[in-house]
Amino acid sequence: MDRIPILKIGDVLLVTIQVDFHDRIAIALLEDLSEKIVDNSAKGVLIDISALEMVDSFMGRILGNISKTAKLLDCHCVLVGMQPAIAITITELGITLPGIYTALTAEDGMKLLTDMVKSKTNGKTSAKKQEAKWR
Amino acid sequence: MTRETAVPLHEMISGAKEEILTEWIKNQLSDKSRSKGVPEASLRNSSSEFIRLFEEAITKGNVDDIEKPEWEEMRHMLAELSATRASQGSTPSDTAKFIFSLKEPLFARLTPEKGQGNTEASAAVWQLSLLLDKLGLYTAETFQRTREAIIRRQQKEMLEMSTPVIKVWDGVVAVPLIGTLDSARTQIVMETLLQKIVDTGSRIAILDITGVPTVDTQTAQHLMKTVSATRLMGAECIISGIRPQIAQTIVHLGIDINDIVTKATMADAIKEALARGGWSFERHLESV
Repeated sequence: MDRIPILKIGDVLLVTIQVDFHDRIAIALLEDLSEKIVDNSAKGVLIDISALEMVDSFMGRILGNISKTAKLLDCHCVLVGMQPAIAITITELGITLPGIYTALTAEDGMKLLTDMVKSKTNGKTSAKKQEAKWR
Repeated sequence: MTRETAVPLHEMISGAKEEILTEWIKNQLSDKSRSKGVPEASLRNSSSEFIRLFEEAITKGNVDDIEKPEWEEMRHMLAELSATRASQGSTPSDTAKFIFSLKEPLFARLTPEKGQGNTEASAAVWQLSLLLDKLGLYTAETFQRTREAIIRRQQKEMLEMSTPVIKVWDGVVAVPLIGTLDSARTQIVMETLLQKIVDTGSRIAILDITGVPTVDTQTAQHLMKTVSATRLMGAECIISGIRPQIAQTIVHLGIDINDIVTKATMADAIKEALARGGWSFERHLESV
């Protein structure tokens, strides 16, 4: 069965969804990702969905679950490259993605993640400040 | 309902075509209430054209249903007539009256030929009357359809025009919203804004609601939707141009927009956006 590769770059895991993101793959990704986070003690996950062209309520929930799971494992989750149509669909479906960070491009997302990871290692207060700046 | 008359209608018309035409035109020209916008020449032209097509269609035998192919040419001519008359400033009733006025000279031919109280004559009168009514109404209908098409087109253009997305600075876009914010508008605003964010790679979008006359729960809901879609894209939204009354309404309605950055004016929003982008400005008073 197809699986989405998860790449490790330093403290950060990189996931790019480039295949047809159907339900089974999405569930497999959720499982793989949570295991990888624990195994690598990753501090951040960057998910690139710029190739994703369609989303339904189940996908929305899976994305939300990924971010919630990552948060429980003390790992920041950043979603990058969302297409306008996807953003509109998600809001129209009423799906909220609490605790998920978004960035326009992979570059921006990586910067955001490394900033967050860095400030977390420096101390709790600056991390909060960093988050406040981005939210 | 097709009733056979002793002398077929079309024969009667073709026999007295010229007479009917001259009488019809004379009647129309002498009508005081006639719209002055239609020149005499074009009236003569359209009258003779109408009679010609009318005779042709009737000769083909169908006098009941103007939707049939026999009337195709006639319908086409009437649609054109209705459009040109409308552009000349005629009302749809003027155009319909043009057709209804044919009844007088036409019926005048029918009755003396067949005598008063003749059932055949009255049947023919009834048939012709119905037919001319249909044709007259058809012009009015065409007029209305043309107008509706214009209205729809203008509505669409207005929607598109009323949502410009402006690039204010590197990484900052702004949308000045003008007019009521309904779901159709929100949809267009969202689409154009999000596309512009992608195109310009902007981090901050400013929604200016100075031109939105009232804010109710529904409008607020639409604003929130736009803000959350923008956030999903990875950009931040600032709502500006909140007038004091609108601020009070939002509080009264109990709408929760705590997690959205709001500013009183567009200037404040731009200042905030630039500050977030790391820009700073200095004013040199000596150069003023």
